[in-house]
Amino acid sequence: MTQISVRVDGASYTDEVEPRTLLVHYLREQLGKVGTVVGCDTSNCGACTVHLDGEAVKSCTVLAVQAAGSEVTTIEGIAQNGSLHPMQKAFHELHGLQCGYCTPGMIMASIDLVGDNPDPSEHEVREGIEGNLCRCTGYQNIVRAVQQAAAEMRGAQA
Amino acid sequence: MTAVEDRPMTAGPAKEVGQARKRKEDARLITGKTTWTDNMVLPGMLHLAVVRSPVAHAKLGTIDVEAARSAPNVVAVFTGRDLAEEQGSIPCAWPVTPEMVNPGHPSVAVDEVNHVGEAVAVIVARSKTAAQDAVELVDVDYDPLPVVLDMERALAEGAALTHDHVASNESYRWIFDAGEAGTGSSTDEAFAKADVVVSRRFVQQRLIPAFMEPRSTVVQPQGDNYTMWSATQVPHILRIMLAMTTGVPEHKLRVIAPDVGGGFGGKLQVTPEEVITLLVAKRLGKPVKWTETRSESLMSAHHGRDQIQYVDIAADREGNVLGLKVHLLADMGAYLRLVTPGVPILGAFMFPAIYKFPAYRFDCQGVFTNKTPTDAYRGAGRPEATFAIERIMDELAVELGMDPLELRRKNWINADEFPFTTVAGLEYDSGDYEQATQQALELLGYDELREEQRRRRESNDPVQLGIGFSTFTEMCGLAPSRVLGSLSYGAGGWEHASIRMLPTGKVEVITGSTPHGQGHETAWSQLVADELGVPFEDIEVLHGDTAISPRGLDTYGSRSLVVGGAAVVNASQKVVAKARTVAAHLLEASEDDLQFESGTFSVRGTPGSGVSIQEIALATFAAHNFPDGVEPSIDADATFDPVNFSFPHGTHICAMEVDTETGMVTIRKYACVDDVGKIVNPLIVEGQIHGGLAQGIAQALYEEAVYDEDGNLTTGTFVDYLVPSAADLPHFDTGNTVHEAPGNPIGAKGVGEAGCIASTPAVVNAALDAVRHLGVTDILMPLTPERVWRAIHRGGDGGDRATAGTNAYGGAQTETTAGVSTPESRLGGDR
Amino acid sequence: MIPAAFGYVRPGTVDEALRALADGGEDAKVLAGGQSLIPVMRLRLAAPSMVVDLTRVTELRGVRDDGDALAIGAMTTHSDVISDPLIREFAPLIAQATETVADRQVRHRGTFGGALAHADPAGDLPAVALALDAEFVLAGPGGRRTVPARDFFVDYLTTALAEDELLVEVRIPKLAGSWGMHYEKFNRVAQAWSIVAVAAAVRRENGHIAEARIGLTNMGPTPLRATATEQALAGADAGEAAIAEAARHAAEGTAPSDDLNARADYRAHLAEVLTRRAVTAAVGL
Repeated sequence: MTQISVRVDGASYTDEVEPRTLLVHYLREQLGKVGTVVGCDTSNCGACTVHLDGEAVKSCTVLAVQAAGSEVTTIEGIAQNGSLHPMQKAFHELHGLQCGYCTPGMIMASIDLVGDNPDPSEHEVREGIEGNLCRCTGYQNIVRAVQQAAAEMRGAQA
Repeated sequence: MTAVEDRPMTAGPAKEVGQARKRKEDARLITGKTTWTDNMVLPGMLHLAVVRSPVAHAKLGTIDVEAARSAPNVVAVFTGRDLAEEQGSIPCAWPVTPEMVNPGHPSVAVDEVNHVGEAVAVIVARSKTAAQDAVELVDVDYDPLPVVLDMERALAEGAALTHDHVASNESYRWIFDAGEAGTGSSTDEAFAKADVVVSRRFVQQRLIPAFMEPRSTVVQPQGDNYTMWSATQVPHILRIMLAMTTGVPEHKLRVIAPDVGGGFGGKLQVTPEEVITLLVAKRLGKPVKWTETRSESLMSAHHGRDQIQYVDIAADREGNVLGLKVHLLADMGAYLRLVTPGVPILGAFMFPAIYKFPAYRFDCQGVFTNKTPTDAYRGAGRPEATFAIERIMDELAVELGMDPLELRRKNWINADEFPFTTVAGLEYDSGDYEQATQQALELLGYDELREEQRRRRESNDPVQLGIGFSTFTEMCGLAPSRVLGSLSYGAGGWEHASIRMLPTGKVEVITGSTPHGQGHETAWSQLVADELGVPFEDIEVLHGDTAISPRGLDTYGSRSLVVGGAAVVNASQKVVAKARTVAAHLLEASEDDLQFESGTFSVRGTPGSGVSIQEIALATFAAHNFPDGVEPSIDADATFDPVNFSFPHGTHICAMEVDTETGMVTIRKYACVDDVGKIVNPLIVEGQIHGGLAQGIAQALYEEAVYDEDGNLTTGTFVDYLVPSAADLPHFDTGNTVHEAPGNPIGAKGVGEAGCIASTPAVVNAALDAVRHLGVTDILMPLTPERVWRAIHRGGDGGDRATAGTNAYGGAQTETTAGVSTPESRLGGDR
Repeated sequence: MIPAAFGYVRPGTVDEALRALADGGEDAKVLAGGQSLIPVMRLRLAAPSMVVDLTRVTELRGVRDDGDALAIGAMTTHSDVISDPLIREFAPLIAQATETVADRQVRHRGTFGGALAHADPAGDLPAVALALDAEFVLAGPGGRRTVPARDFFVDYLTTALAEDELLVEVRIPKLAGSWGMHYEKFNRVAQAWSIVAVAAAVRRENGHIAEARIGLTNMGPTPLRATATEQALAGADAGEAAIAEAARHAAEGTAPSDDLNARADYRAHLAEVLTRRAVTAAVGL
């Protein structure tokens, strides 16, 4: 067992973990952050995407020990003062989800994308979320949602 | 006294039905506050891991579980022999013929394993990690038997057997002959007099539903009662079937489907793991959880499709179709699960599609192989049928030298011919195929693309363009119970709903149709808001818990709105009828003098007088001032059993670029116009179409469950089973026509499967249209670049694929992901 | 799935890492970005007894100008490679190929050195390194040595790295003259590994191709150079016909495998088509 201290969604935690504990299992099972889910075992589906020190990563392909001293943000930590993140809002408004299983990872990946590219084209959005699989939506409304959120986020910056 | 906020009583609110209401469900799904089964934690909960067979067919010898049993934190290990007395057989609810052979399906193999991934033992441990570690410690002796994989060879004389104890690999043979049934004429005569006969062999490759949420089951024992949470589409069916299988009495079992992350038919099942989890919880008296890994899911959750279709079509020289003959081989896999044998039968009636065939014969053989069982996958039988007919119509058009759309037009049912009884005996309800087609052609920009196709052809461009059609229909709203009975299905097709009027005027709607991503909570609220005249926000839809929603048949077959929604509407109307009696009493008027508008009863011609249904709910709760002889409740139930199916239709057109140098196909444009009847929520309808298109296109281009010659699933991870991402799919141009379904009070036809059913042949027809002038007449699905290239440059249909997995992750396959012990690999490193 | 249990060390310097590797013995495994290793450990295709995690060895991160070469630290992440101005200037082929690796989440963790040390012939970077005549700086208990790319890739998932050695830096010689570069990748879905890909770097001189370097991805157990095509291009006219003719030799001397995506003969054909396209794009036609 190794002791780690990590900040998750703004709160600090210190825990003992096995080196083999994946970050996603630490989040779900030790912290109860079950908003982040597991969809595969080969880092293809992206359902487990969180931000590690501000960058989107697949938390099933990061060891919990590797997050020691880091700041983790999950889908549960992006709403500010009770109001939804523009990306959450856009997914809702444009019907960018159906069953919702891929949604936390999809939203976290999309926020990361817009951070790098504030005004992505349809093609750039499609390429930018290539690491997140959705089986329900056919992606079209997700793409629209990401573009709408990007516009709102640009507005907020201006 | 009123518990209802005052609202203006003048102009009623706009109708909810037809509005693009944003979904109620989203609030929890976009914030990570969802209740997936795997989120569940109970005091003292134990964890299961399943030891799975790495071989496709073998007698089970010794199973040494001692090392696993004594591993740290392992509580128990069970083999099939330990559970043989109580596990029964996974139920098959659809014995399609009286003679159908069902070999029996133990949840944990007892004497023999019949496919890779079959459970051979179960580890119970205090943690998931301990359970998974112990899997590698179980030592199983497998005495190999011949492996049966190919359906055509499996039916040959002297073939090896999938199961030792059955006489052949044929489970059943099911025939529908329109001539004999009296719904059409003799196919023999039709083919004898035909000018043109075209015969083809089409292959519907095996697919994996690949819902995003892996399956998970939790069982909590409480005395002799059991509560099961499961990621299932069918909590009601699951409860009945578990009771019949395990002997836990139905009234002692409560099944809950919390938020469920997609199903697509893949969670329309009673799974071995659900049985195992229940039995282990019962034995140990402790809460138990099982959650699968993706590799387990791809290998052991049921697969879909997998048919070989021999299709013959007869026509005269002018292009009038005269007859259709279909002979199917349908791969059952190793066992019959819930509706395994019935899936091809659901398709049996759809091969004639929208065309006026005078003669039709359908002949299907269900075939056992040593592979994962097949069962429902989005469309279940109807995509297969639609593919076959839409492909063969193109082939016939080529043979006749006709435009594929002209041939269709010549033979399809005209708008003025509805209702139309088909050669398969179905009565199509409504539609206008010409109208949908015209709209779709405009959406696509057909003329321009045809012109570009001509230019590319003339200049011998390495990138050729093709346009493919699919003018489809499907049968939805499963199903009239009487029809199901006539097809030997083990249950009815009705759906149930209840409306509870709460004292504060809020409304609870209980539906038996359990959603897993469709948006029932939103759409049902819209229905009820209109019927009761209460605000959308005042309505809560409850579902998925057999204790809350005791009657239901769940969600599949595009039935929820058409059957379940109809029950909701009927129950609402009963509430209004009951409330009317109370209103008459409160307003001291005759019921006949009351009008009900925007949620308020008032006396005709007496403005200002009125009582809202939400006020009546409070008056009913108090029951102080109630009409004599009337029970103080305005709640109501309804069960809706449709008298007919509904028949959505549409025209899908795909424009496809084919790089003739590499074989890469790229969808240039995709346009479709669907008629799904009355649209309750256009946002949800569009979303369902999009998602269906993605899956139908994925069948055409990307997905295939591939087995190697030993029966290993080589597409055992998402590295090799290619679920497309956003970057792999095109933009869809969609539209609608509306011809309401007369068979239900909503007028809806069903939308869940339309996109998936329609799109696959449009895509393949488009690719063929691009390269037909190069001599290509067919390409096997999925249209991998290699197959397309081979078909162009080497002839034939592109041929079978090599079965070795890709070298990514060392070719991760079921052999190594089955949870069996593997020699330590030298793989590793990094990217 | 959860990996089998392992011991874990997280050194802060190369020297500490080397000591940890030595202590770990033959079952020790180096964890760079983890984007291939962790999945194979989850699938239990790999079960090292000791994992030496390099993510905190900061001296291994970054790209520096080393005179006649770029020196790319082995632990530089793919996303840092893509945005690095030196790489954009001197080795755009690396940036272009790296953009096609997996997806943005994986590129945030996965590293340049890790991808090369993994030596997956379907990976994109080995063929690029080979085409650019990269030099691999390996550190071991006895000091450092430099191995040219052609000697670094030994076999399928096998490199010249000894068990007690680390890849610390990859040196990319700066190219003199007017070079055009292009990475042509062919795969079935965006996330998938290359079926075949071609890395081309071409020097143009007076309307001719003076020199061409072509690396092939997934045309054998190791990345390969399309030597016959390179020879045919040297001095050839920088036009479509000459390029097409030279590209016909692209698959000579290769040994591609048969798998779900492609059989060997189709891969050989793809190598020709993609080589033609890559060279054409690199030349700027």
